[in-house]
Amino acid sequence: MTKGSGRSERDSKNPARPTINVTDGTLIPLKDEGGVLSAWNISFFGAIALLVALPLFSPDPYLRILSFVPDGLFATFSVTIISICFALIIGLFAGLGRISQRAWVNRIATVYVEIIRGIPLLVQLFYIYYALGPLLRLQGPPAAILAMSICYGAYMAEIFRAGIQAIPKGQMEAALALGMSRSSAMRMIIIPQTIRVILPPIGNEFIALLKDSSLVSILAVSDLLRRGREYASTSFRYFESYTVIALIYLVMTLFFSRLVAIMEERLRHRGNVH
Amino acid sequence: MATFIEIKKAVKSFGSLQALNGVDLSVQKGEVVLIIGPSGSGKSTLLRSINRLERLDSGSITIDGESVTNEGSDIRHIRQEVGMVFQSFNLFPHLKVIDNITLSPVTVLKKGKEEALQTARRLLDKVGLSEKEHAWPDELSGGQQQRVAIARALAMNPKVMLFDEPTSALDPEMIKEVLDVMIDLAREGMTMLIVSHEMGFAKAAADRIIFMDAGQIVEEAPPETFFSSPREERTRRFLEHIL
Repeated sequence: MTKGSGRSERDSKNPARPTINVTDGTLIPLKDEGGVLSAWNISFFGAIALLVALPLFSPDPYLRILSFVPDGLFATFSVTIISICFALIIGLFAGLGRISQRAWVNRIATVYVEIIRGIPLLVQLFYIYYALGPLLRLQGPPAAILAMSICYGAYMAEIFRAGIQAIPKGQMEAALALGMSRSSAMRMIIIPQTIRVILPPIGNEFIALLKDSSLVSILAVSDLLRRGREYASTSFRYFESYTVIALIYLVMTLFFSRLVAIMEERLRHRGNVH
Repeated sequence: MATFIEIKKAVKSFGSLQALNGVDLSVQKGEVVLIIGPSGSGKSTLLRSINRLERLDSGSITIDGESVTNEGSDIRHIRQEVGMVFQSFNLFPHLKVIDNITLSPVTVLKKGKEEALQTARRLLDKVGLSEKEHAWPDELSGGQQQRVAIARALAMNPKVMLFDEPTSALDPEMIKEVLDVMIDLAREGMTMLIVSHEMGFAKAAADRIIFMDAGQIVEEAPPETFFSSPREERTRRFLEHIL
C-alpha cells in the first residue's frame, strides 16, 4: 500500500475551489488520456476479452476455474463493503478528533492514526486473528472485517480531516456569526461541503480496500484469491488459476476506478465555488 | 440616544503583533460608525471582537448591556442579534440563495418555514434580488453575493450590523449596488459599524469616522470635520493616501 494521505492539504491554486489530492496508487483514468486506445480501454477490454476467450477456446481448466471462484467473489465484496462502511464511521470520528480543539481528543485520534498507518495491514490482520485470537475469539471473516475497518478508518480519518480543512475558514465564521453552534455549523455547513470534496478520495480508498481484501485469504476467509488457491492446489493448474484471479481483480478495479473518475467529473461541474 | 455598544480598554495580540492596544469606543443606538485605517491597524480585529470571532486578551465589550467578553455569557444569543457581513461574502455554496437566508432563522430562531420564507423574500426584494431566489451562490456576481449576504444577516433581525470591508473584494462597478443597500439600511436607523475605505459611503451615511492606527483610535469626528480639518498628523498623512 502506498498512500499519500499526508499530502492532502488544501490546494493553493484557487482558494475559492477547495480540492484535495489523496493518491493511493490505483489507476484513475484522466479525461485527456481519451481515445479508443487509452490505457484504461486496453487494460479493461483486454482483460474482459481474455476472460471470455480463454473459457471459450479452452474450457478445461478455464471454465472450471470460472465456475469455481464466484463464491470467493461474494466473500471479497462482503468483506470490502462491510469494512468500508465501518471505516467511514471510524474515519469520520477520528477525522473530527484530529481537528478537535480539545487537546486529549486530538491526541487520541492522532495516536490512533499514527499507530495504524505505521503497521502493515498484513501484520494487523495477523495481530487481530492470531495474536489477539485467544482474547477476541473471532472467526476469520469478522477478524478480517475488524482489522480492515480499523486500518482503513485511519486513512479515512486523514481524508475527512483534509476535506474539512479544505473548506474556507469563513464558512465556519459565517455560521457562528449567524448564531449557530459549532456542532450544528459542522453538521449543516461544513460536512455537506466536505462530502463533495472527499467522495473521489473515498472512492479511491474503496478500490484500494478491494485489492487489499485479498490479504484476508490468509485468515481462512474464502475470498476470491483463496478460492483460486484452493482450485490451484487440487488441480495443480497454478498458472491458469492465478491468471483468472488476476484478470478478475483487474476488471473490478478498473471498473470502479472509471466510476470514481466519472463521479469526480460530475462533482467538478457542481462544485464548491463561491 | 443610549449607548448601545461599549468597548473598554480592548487589548488583543496575535503573537508579537499588537492588534488592539487599549481601544475605548461607545456606539449609540442607530449610529453609523465608519472605521478606517491602514492595514494591520486593528480595525478588523476590533470589529470581529464585537461578536467574539476574536477573543480579547483583556478589556470588555457589552452590547445593549450584555457582556460579550464574559466567558459565562450566552455568546450564541448575542451573535443572533449581531449581523455580520464579510469581505469574502461567505455564502454557503451548497445551499441556494433562499436557503442561505432561511437556514439560521429556521434552525437557530426556530421560526416556521413559511414565516422564514416570507421574511427571506421580503429581504431579497429589499436588496433587489427577488429573481435570484433559486440561484446557486456561484451563479451570482460578487456584488449580488454580497447583497444576499446582507439579506442573510438581516433575516436574523439583528440590532446591529457589522461590515468587515464589504466592498474590498468587489469590482468597481459592483461597489455601488452594495453601498446603496447599506445606505438604505443606515437611513432606516440600523446601528452599523463598518470597516471600509469607501469615502462615498462615509459622506452619504456615516455619523462618525474613526481613524485607527497601530491598535489605537487616533482620531474620531463627524465626516464633515474629519475630512476637512483632521487634527492629527497621522490622520492627514493617511487621508492623503486614500483621497
